[in-house]
Amino acid sequence: MQPSPRWLLTLPLLLAFTLSGCADESGSGGGVQSIKLSTIRGRDKLVCGVDGKLPGFSFLGPDGTYSGLDADTCRAVAAAVLGDPAKVEYRDLNSSERFAALASGEVDMLARNTTMTLSRDSAGGNGISFGPTTFYDGQGVMVPVASGAQTLKDLDGKPICVESGTTTELNLADRMREQGIAYTPLKFQTGDQTYAAYLGGRCVAVTSDRSQLAAKRSSFPKPDEHILLPEVMSKEPLTPASVNGDPAWADAMRWAVFALFQAEELGITKANVAAKVAEAKANKNLADLRRFLGVEGDFGKQLGLPADFVPKTIAAVGNYGEIFERNVGSGSPLKLERAENRLWNQGGLIYSPPFR
Amino acid sequence: MSATLERIPWWRDRRVVPWIVQAVVGLALLLVITLLVGNLVRNLTAAGLLLSWRWLGQPASFDVAESLIPFDASMPYWRALLVGLVNSLRVILVGLVGATLLGTAMGMASFSGNGLLRRLARVYVELIRNIPLLLQLLFWYFVVFLALPNGTAAFQLPGIVLSKSGLYLAWFAQGLSWQGPELVNGVWQAPLRLSVEFTALLTGLITYTGAFVAEVVRGGIASVPKGQWEAATSLGLHWSASMRSVVLPQALRVIVPGLNSQYISLAKNSSLAVAVGYVDLYSVSETTLNQTGRALEVFLLLLGSYLIIDLLISAVMNGVNQLVQIRER
Repeated sequence: MQPSPRWLLTLPLLLAFTLSGCADESGSGGGVQSIKLSTIRGRDKLVCGVDGKLPGFSFLGPDGTYSGLDADTCRAVAAAVLGDPAKVEYRDLNSSERFAALASGEVDMLARNTTMTLSRDSAGGNGISFGPTTFYDGQGVMVPVASGAQTLKDLDGKPICVESGTTTELNLADRMREQGIAYTPLKFQTGDQTYAAYLGGRCVAVTSDRSQLAAKRSSFPKPDEHILLPEVMSKEPLTPASVNGDPAWADAMRWAVFALFQAEELGITKANVAAKVAEAKANKNLADLRRFLGVEGDFGKQLGLPADFVPKTIAAVGNYGEIFERNVGSGSPLKLERAENRLWNQGGLIYSPPFR
Repeated sequence: MSATLERIPWWRDRRVVPWIVQAVVGLALLLVITLLVGNLVRNLTAAGLLLSWRWLGQPASFDVAESLIPFDASMPYWRALLVGLVNSLRVILVGLVGATLLGTAMGMASFSGNGLLRRLARVYVELIRNIPLLLQLLFWYFVVFLALPNGTAAFQLPGIVLSKSGLYLAWFAQGLSWQGPELVNGVWQAPLRLSVEFTALLTGLITYTGAFVAEVVRGGIASVPKGQWEAATSLGLHWSASMRSVVLPQALRVIVPGLNSQYISLAKNSSLAVAVGYVDLYSVSETTLNQTGRALEVFLLLLGSYLIIDLLISAVMNGVNQLVQIRER
């Protein structure tokens, strides 16, 4: 019997895998090369850039812990990479600092209600790599009820407060110019200063993402005295981001977030994830579930993550629906509607590509 | 032996050696600079960040709250940066005048015969110069000026209205007619309007720098020998007259060099404007940077602008210094 020449061809391939395996001993990801993933594993902590002062998204509570949708995104990624949602170091960043902090490597990722735009994504612009959008938002305008303003036109000739270094600053200029409304933009460097000037009565209106306005309003002394105008001035897909130069790390972050979406679609929650894993292990016919939960296949390994990264993530923070309701939805002071942020099969935009 | 035979070899010639040393050092310096710049350009090209100034001509598409030169969102970036520069220069120039007047008055007051005035001047200096400027600016803006009433409740004096939206002054309107502030649809209108952001920044800069100027002036006056005071008094001059005609002119040669660095500080400190929402050069640069992503270019422009402003202030103050020096006869 003659040896097949095809068998010989696999030899150098095997050799290559062996060698690459040697080079990447630090990571548990086998063949996946990522400087960022190795760095995160090496320091055993994920450094996550957040806002830190925005209730519902990332807010440092009186007990010293961060809460919110963005903070939970950080936790989910930490659980996926390091197996522990507590291994996150939060870094508060203002709008102007965030991209520099990401580009310089001071933070591993941003989950800082950041709008995905062309110029931020492109290599010739800010050159950052966006993950899946975790909150579909739009720009709105908040006014005091006492001002009697009903539409943007009522703000003609009035000062409007806005945080500098944001997309909202630019959209405001565009929309007002379109409609021919004269106004005075008052720009401040931080959210705190912006809302302090608004509450101080310096501006008759403040503009930002509608979710952020609702979140800030919830921390006002008298939230009932302020309303959001019905106009939505722009699309603001708020999206976690990582650096451009490390595709493997960007993929790991992306699929850790997609896992949250997929878990909601499959009805896997923080409470039942252990039971689902047991069920998948017992029943060999549930192929989809087995692959998703890492019982069979090597999705984790392909991403440079542990095989059971999905159940770890869900056990840590729950699925996307749970995160939403807990932080900004009915279970929170913000009481935002799911609206565009429902799953795709319920009329929303939240959609995970197949885990396959 | 004749002198011509004792020619000094060139490597020991005092007329030649220094030139050679200079040339070698100069060449080495040039080489290092070429190497560094070449390296920088190569790395920036690799990162796709090579300096480019084309963005300066693109439309800025953002508005500014106040401007001395006409501006709207369709104008290019360079125009927006110019608006910021003009606004910066405005607050710097008015601030310099204000800080000088306040500082001189306070510095002189600390030599006053009136004990209350003297102590007030000391309290002012010690209080203001020991609190960070940023805190003071935030205090002036958020605590003092934003607490002002608005509309009909605003503070009104003939020709002057101070409200939450700004300071309104009477001035010549079109046709050279004197026009005072008036309330139109609940909004004050006046020929001369200073925004509350500008007023707060100016107040902060003047009081802060004024305290340092007061100390420089006090030091200058103290440097004048006591005999000069006594001579002036024995001539029958009043305190204010001796100060004005005898002591202050002699103190100026000590005061002016000290003022130079205070003036430069004021110019640099004006970039804290962004904390109180005033549209200065730094504020416009930040928006520009956020939009274009051209960090290196924007910061080069920013550094260059402040460098030039400060060098100009230094040049003017050096000129003034020449004027006030005692002429040796």
